[in-house]
Amino acid sequence: MQLWLIPILPLAGFTINGMFGRRFSKATVNAVAIGSVVLSFAWVLKTLIALGVLNSAYTEHYFTWIQSGTFSVGCDMAVDRLTAIMLLVVTGIGSLIHIYSIGYMAHEGGYYRFFAYLNLFMFFMLTLVLAANYLLLFVGWEGVGLCSYLLIGFYFDKKFATNAGNKAFIVNRIGDFGFSLAMFLIVSQFGSLDFGTVFSKAPAASEATLTTIGLLLLVGAAGKSAQIPLYVWLPDAMAGPTPVSALIHAATMVTAGVYMTARSWVIYTHAPIAMQTIAVIGIATAFFAATIGLAQNDIKKVFAYSTVSQLGYMFVGVGCGAFSAGVYHLMTHAFFKALLFLGSGSVIHALSGEQDMRQMGGLRSKIPWTCWTMFCASLAIAGFPFTSGFLSKDAILLAANHTAPWIYWVGTITAGMTAFYVFRAFFMTFFGKYRGHAHHPHESPPVMLVPLVILAILSLGGGYLFRIPEFLGSLFPAQEVPEDFNLMAIASGAGLLGILLAYVMYVLKPGIPEAIASGLNGIYQLVYNKYFVDEIYDAAVVKPVVGGSRLLLWKGMDAGLIDGIVNGVGARARNVGGALRMLQSGNARSYATWVAFGGVLVIVALGVAQGVTR
Amino acid sequence: MSQVPISWFLTLSAILFVLGVAGFIFRRSIITMFMSIELMLNAVNLSFITFSYQLKQVDGHLFVFFVMVVAAAEAAVGLAIILTVFKNRQTLNIDEVNSMKN
Amino acid sequence: MDVILFLVFAIIAVLAAINVVVQTHPIASAVSLIGVMGSLAVLYLLLGAEFIAAAQVIVYAGAVMVLFIFVIMLLNAGAEARKGRSFMASLLGAPVLIALLALLAWFVERIYPEGMGVHFGGFTGGSPESIGHALFTTYMLPFEITSILVLIAIVGAVVLARKELD
Repeated sequence: MQLWLIPILPLAGFTINGMFGRRFSKATVNAVAIGSVVLSFAWVLKTLIALGVLNSAYTEHYFTWIQSGTFSVGCDMAVDRLTAIMLLVVTGIGSLIHIYSIGYMAHEGGYYRFFAYLNLFMFFMLTLVLAANYLLLFVGWEGVGLCSYLLIGFYFDKKFATNAGNKAFIVNRIGDFGFSLAMFLIVSQFGSLDFGTVFSKAPAASEATLTTIGLLLLVGAAGKSAQIPLYVWLPDAMAGPTPVSALIHAATMVTAGVYMTARSWVIYTHAPIAMQTIAVIGIATAFFAATIGLAQNDIKKVFAYSTVSQLGYMFVGVGCGAFSAGVYHLMTHAFFKALLFLGSGSVIHALSGEQDMRQMGGLRSKIPWTCWTMFCASLAIAGFPFTSGFLSKDAILLAANHTAPWIYWVGTITAGMTAFYVFRAFFMTFFGKYRGHAHHPHESPPVMLVPLVILAILSLGGGYLFRIPEFLGSLFPAQEVPEDFNLMAIASGAGLLGILLAYVMYVLKPGIPEAIASGLNGIYQLVYNKYFVDEIYDAAVVKPVVGGSRLLLWKGMDAGLIDGIVNGVGARARNVGGALRMLQSGNARSYATWVAFGGVLVIVALGVAQGVTR
Repeated sequence: MSQVPISWFLTLSAILFVLGVAGFIFRRSIITMFMSIELMLNAVNLSFITFSYQLKQVDGHLFVFFVMVVAAAEAAVGLAIILTVFKNRQTLNIDEVNSMKN
Repeated sequence: MDVILFLVFAIIAVLAAINVVVQTHPIASAVSLIGVMGSLAVLYLLLGAEFIAAAQVIVYAGAVMVLFIFVIMLLNAGAEARKGRSFMASLLGAPVLIALLALLAWFVERIYPEGMGVHFGGFTGGSPESIGHALFTTYMLPFEITSILVLIAIVGAVVLARKELD
């Protein structure tokens, strides 16, 4: 079946564009980059059609990577139903975003470099998804982190971009540390990192061990998927180009954590405490991020916090045992969030770089295609009945209610807030009077609009086209969740209420937001400044570490101790030499005295050695 | 018929040797230092002869023979050197012959 | 009898040696050295080293010391000046010497607590005949080498002390 072709094609694109792209024309770069991803997508389709129903996993073993005693890790790739969904999402939405980038990046410098990095990212993401053992997954995991860093800092001449790249990489690293510890524990317990082996042995292990593994994996997932407390990198990652935000930080990379936890469902179903932790962290993150999103004025930041919040929903799904619901939401979120980001990119492109929503307004007539495609996405994310987002969010909320009703209620409130802030953004951007200063807001070229339209169709109808819960039902353990129409109605009602409130506050009576903001100024400032979490982290963690490093490790150990030893050796040698120099006085009598002195010592030594003294 | 203990000879040799070293260390004239060297050599000769007596062998005498020959040769050459030094620096003070300083 | 002989000449030797070190004028030191050598020659006789005693007087006292005196008179060396100073010598000199003497004496006493006694005639192997015999059999090689050494010394002394040819 040649599964390896799926990741290798983008890698080839990266290599060619990376090495020769500087000399290629734009058309050649496009052909290589887009071609490789589209070919990969085509190969995915061919493979999936050939594999058919996929009742069991299909594995391909390529070579043994590590062989050490009884422990061996092979370069294996596997496809089962979960992998199939991920493959389609990654390659499909990846292709659309690559096509969109042709238009968006047309006027930016470093054109070939952008596509090279994007292809590299596709390679690593596909490796992550196709991996049949934890180590190969980790390779992809780290690789997407690297590409995220490279792409966030794409405008490397801007300090805030490079800072954001650093922040993303470093915070991810903390998560990776937890992941590594989990892998060590898995190896020591089960002797292998292979999914098949681990999951067959897992039920027999002790619950404490499985809980520890589960929590450590959760640390890794929290880093990659931006959950509390490691979410702080995602809003700053908006410094990268918008297609990057769409692809990496909405549709694919950040979902790697959800994928990994869903893949490890065997471990989690036998470690209930870990699962509850996932659910609690998920809902807390969802609620927390939604509150921050209410007050942001940068259009990309609103969607960034929205991503964090929606990822929280996915984790709630996984944590409540509804793995297929979590993956379902992963897919639908990929559709509408990618569309929201691409749409905002289209708006920014139309306004020649303006991102502050307070400088927008009334763009409905000027960029209609963007406006109405984003409307479809907003409906989906708000959970408007019968959109894809509605179906997936409902699946999660019902499962949550089945596990712990309070999660359902918090989730419903969050859904209301989600609808509110998304439509706040929509109304502020497209309705009212134009408040900005750009010369001539113009619609985007077709190469950017076609992906928007495709994604809009998928946002509205994708939930029906791809019935994930039934598809994945055979893979995950069955969950008896009754269909409760009352709960579904309440959740939908919350969404509709949010839309209505946004309409009132931003279209009908535009003065209300300022009144509320000045009235509740304390809370407003808190929320607007993202609860000062970054500042707290900076003071509590970053500054002590940096200060400690500077004082203790740099001045104390490196300059003081190590340099001190090295320089000290040199200085002592010089001192000794200087002292010994005094012996060379040129005075024969002092020489004689030293000889006599040495003679005395030798006599003493000989006497002691011969045993005369005792 | 009283006998002299051997250790007395060796002690005398030690005293003469130390006196030679003292002369070498504390005197400034080169010629006097040379004579202190000769004194040391004589002290060592005494102890060679003493050991030869103790071991009832003649080899100690042979050593003394060679020591005397070498001392004579050394005296000849050394005095020639002293003459040259005196010709060049007009001084017999060892502390002024210090161009090897530092 | 032997003890008295020993003591007398030993004391003469020590006093003469002290005089060598103490006198300021080199001629006085040289003459005292001759006195040391003479008393040592008597002690050699006591130890049965006839040949060596004779050689000591003839070669050492009679030739080497005369050479010394010739050079002193050639150089017209006067009383020693008091210039120059050696820090090390003044600091360490006395203690080191005292330590040296004490150590040597102590070791000697330890090794030979009640060693054999020396009396005149106790060793008869120091005659010229036995020395010659050993010299030309066991010590042939050193003998030849020292003769070459003397040759070198002669040549060296001549080279060093000659006048520069103009």
